[in-house]
Amino acid sequence: MFDLTLAGAAKALKAKEISAVELTSAYNEAVAALNPRLNAYITTTPELALEQAKAADARLADGSATPLTGIPIAMKDLFCTEGVRTTAGSAILEPFVPPYESTVSGKLKAAGAVMLGKANLDEFAMGSSNITSFYGAVENPWKRQGSEAKLVPGGSSGGSAAAVAARIAIAATGTDTGGSIRQPAAFTGLAGIKPTYGRCSRFGVVAFASSLDQPGPMARNVEDNALLLNAMAGFDAKDSTSADRAVPDFTASLTRGVKGLKIGIPKEYRLEGTNPEILALWDKGIEWLQAQGAEIVEISLPHTKYGLAVYYIVAPAEASSNLARYDGVRYGKRVDGADLIDLYERSRAEGFGAEVKRRIMIGTYVLSHGYYDAYYLKAQKVRNLILKDFTDAFGQVDAILTPTAPSAAFGLGEKMDDPVTMYLNDVFTVPASLAGVPAMSVPAGLSADGLPLGLQVIGKHFDEETVFAVSAAIENAAGFSALPEVRAK
Amino acid sequence: MSLDAATVRRIAKLARIRVNDEEVSTLQNELNAILGYVEQLGEVNVDGVEPLSGGAQMALRQREDQVTDGDMAEKILANAPDRIGNFFAVPKVVE
Repeated sequence: MFDLTLAGAAKALKAKEISAVELTSAYNEAVAALNPRLNAYITTTPELALEQAKAADARLADGSATPLTGIPIAMKDLFCTEGVRTTAGSAILEPFVPPYESTVSGKLKAAGAVMLGKANLDEFAMGSSNITSFYGAVENPWKRQGSEAKLVPGGSSGGSAAAVAARIAIAATGTDTGGSIRQPAAFTGLAGIKPTYGRCSRFGVVAFASSLDQPGPMARNVEDNALLLNAMAGFDAKDSTSADRAVPDFTASLTRGVKGLKIGIPKEYRLEGTNPEILALWDKGIEWLQAQGAEIVEISLPHTKYGLAVYYIVAPAEASSNLARYDGVRYGKRVDGADLIDLYERSRAEGFGAEVKRRIMIGTYVLSHGYYDAYYLKAQKVRNLILKDFTDAFGQVDAILTPTAPSAAFGLGEKMDDPVTMYLNDVFTVPASLAGVPAMSVPAGLSADGLPLGLQVIGKHFDEETVFAVSAAIENAAGFSALPEVRAK
Repeated sequence: MSLDAATVRRIAKLARIRVNDEEVSTLQNELNAILGYVEQLGEVNVDGVEPLSGGAQMALRQREDQVTDGDMAEKILANAPDRIGNFFAVPKVVE
């Protein structure tokens, strides 16, 4: 039963080979068995899931079911869920029970998806390894060959990634600000897409960096992502940056093929010192697409090397502003103080973890009087040059192929020497975030020690369809079928 | 440019985060490492380049200035750490 993909499970449910209650019960048991070890969920909701599964069975019987009806999923704990605690991985939101539902989780609910629980994440989605969560690190279900060392699942959507990889969810939601869907997908052998900025509503998603944050799906294959995005995407008047555009049926593009498509290979992504395994996989991806009739074009994205520096000014600046709302007064954790200022300072000192404090402080500094122009304004201008790089490139090509991450999953406790080393994880994913273009990670191969590696397909604004077409072509050629050691069976 | 301890304290004050001496020295090193890394933007020529503030490829929408929601004091106050009636309660601000 745990071998079923989302599409497969939908088919089995529709054919009445299995009921939604049976499927959800099996997943509830698997969650109970494996979550204490993996820590993929912060909060599990088995009773709610069963209730939703019963309602799903009714819909399956009366013909009002969608492809998601009765599908057990994990919800990243950054989406506000009415009546279900939402922590954003932070101590400051430990007691927070939202009185409303985020648009994206609401759409999935309306489609009949079953929520197994709220998935772990880096605190306020700030991180690339899921180690900054107040609720503890998440264990990657994959192991290096011959080693039992614990590896990170990537981040910030690390709980979502670990849950789907270990088969304690069929699929999951994630959010991506600088790579938070794509990098964990790559680290756990999953496919995951960051849609175009504006494609999925941010309403009710706990805000990190509002000009970058974008919800998206994570699942076992490209098709499952298309099915989820069909339900998650769409205009929402409650999000001022939501795109008022028709949502195509993304599954229709899966079989389009890549014949005649021009695929750009950015020379600046061939960074000095990049792991040769990653470069070899990239070359393989190029061959696969060429063999299926795509034309490969070398392109230049000249400002790539500045992407991380821009990101680590813009994202903290927006975070410092967004997180000003956590003051211990209206909701969340309060630590009493001598006066109101003392209450604010103590609540925030105890409520936020080290990485979040660092980013708030950097953001406060680059926005402060006298430094705004030198840092924030400068970064916004270079951001425009990065967007122009992509606009120019997309004048020549239909999509761009790159590696997703510079390495396979690393060990818990590695890359901890200083924040900048950890930030380098996002070097290949951040530019697409800054430009707002859609990008997907597809599992494409294994490292020498048996860990999954991903390739990234970047498309034009609102052209997720080409991203899906190219990703499906890579998926077919790669034939990725390896499974993690820790999983529900 | 490198931040000294006094500047780190000033930023923490602006950010309303209480820090002790040990944290100041750790933060000073970490923030300087990050600022050192982003210094590289200095080499990019941005003459005549407009700042890009958002990821959306469009102008922000406008809407009618009208009330579309409301009348849910109980829901809004449900998560309050402290309340008095229909108000959030805080330590006394004005003597």
